Amino acid sequence: MEAINRERIQHYIDQFTNKPVYVHLETTNGAYASHFNTNAYNVGAYIRNAQLTYKQGKIVQHDDGSYRVGLKHDIGWIYAEGLSDYEFNEHGQLLMAGHDDRGRLMVALEISEEPFSY
Amino acid sequence: MNFSEHNHVIIIYPHPDDESFGAAGTISKFREAGVPVTYLCGTLGEMGRNMGTPFFANRETLPEIRKKELQDACQVLDMNLEMLGYRDKTIEFEPREALAERFKQYIEDLGATLVITFYPGYAVHPDHNAMGAAAFEAVKQMPENERPTLWGTAFSNDHREKLGDPNVVIDLIDSFDKKLEAIKSHRSQAEGMLSQLLAQSESDDEYEAALERFRYEAFYEVDIDQVDLKNQT
Repeated sequence: MEAINRERIQHYIDQFTNKPVYVHLETTNGAYASHFNTNAYNVGAYIRNAQLTYKQGKIVQHDDGSYRVGLKHDIGWIYAEGLSDYEFNEHGQLLMAGHDDRGRLMVALEISEEPFSY
Repeated sequence: MNFSEHNHVIIIYPHPDDESFGAAGTISKFREAGVPVTYLCGTLGEMGRNMGTPFFANRETLPEIRKKELQDACQVLDMNLEMLGYRDKTIEFEPREALAERFKQYIEDLGATLVITFYPGYAVHPDHNAMGAAAFEAVKQMPENERPTLWGTAFSNDHREKLGDPNVVIDLIDSFDKKLEAIKSHRSQAEGMLSQLLAQSESDDEYEAALERFRYEAFYEVDIDQVDLKNQT
């Protein structure tokens, strides 16, 4: 993965617009959050291969340099924040993720025309 | 303890690297004694957060990378590997009876005399607890005189308070090389942790720093009839 380039991402988001796509969305603070810090609380959400067609999508930069991406479809929205890195892989899948200072994944938003492996 | 008294040891953990952090030294002692060891590894750790330090994996490449790391670790430890094909972080949502039935089949087919798994309720990660609960269930379902010995790995913050001291403690002072090599096979997961251990240690030697942290492997030998599994996930 490499650091997000806003124009590149917007270009890829536009390429998937109005096409049936599969979306992977997750966020997590890890299964050990409350083990290492008793005041913490494990949170996470994960959806693999949500099928939808979005009609508009946009990437916006946050003040701290990370990015948010929002996708609008006919009956709702999908968004992720804290994205910092991306890869457009050999399967034509757009992978975006945010990592902490130790390189651990905190959030991921991925878009593909074919289902992600499951 | 006499490692050669067992016929076959089965390790039942959910993630690639659980075996190396939790039991690599014990596994290598059994292998040195000529006892076959089989690892039933539940998932490929597909949902791991560690992507390498600095990160070189992503959510889509991680499963293949971890599969290779797992195979490498099993080669280091000279043990058989069965990958069970469940999905990381979903084991607790699988029916426990089905998991237990599958584990029981392996135990019977391989003639296992010892099963090492996580102690359900005291193993922090939901996959650990669920995998352990199903393994405990599998042993419980067997006729008493055919049951293997059962060891549980516990590391929740309250495990000593609730379970007392572990009754099996293996000291790896004279055989730590294999354990460290197995851990290091899991490069995407271990590299960052090892460099942190080194930074926190008074020693500037990776082996010494890792030894301080991982010198002992501890297990609870469990009488399955004394464990209430109903409240476990």
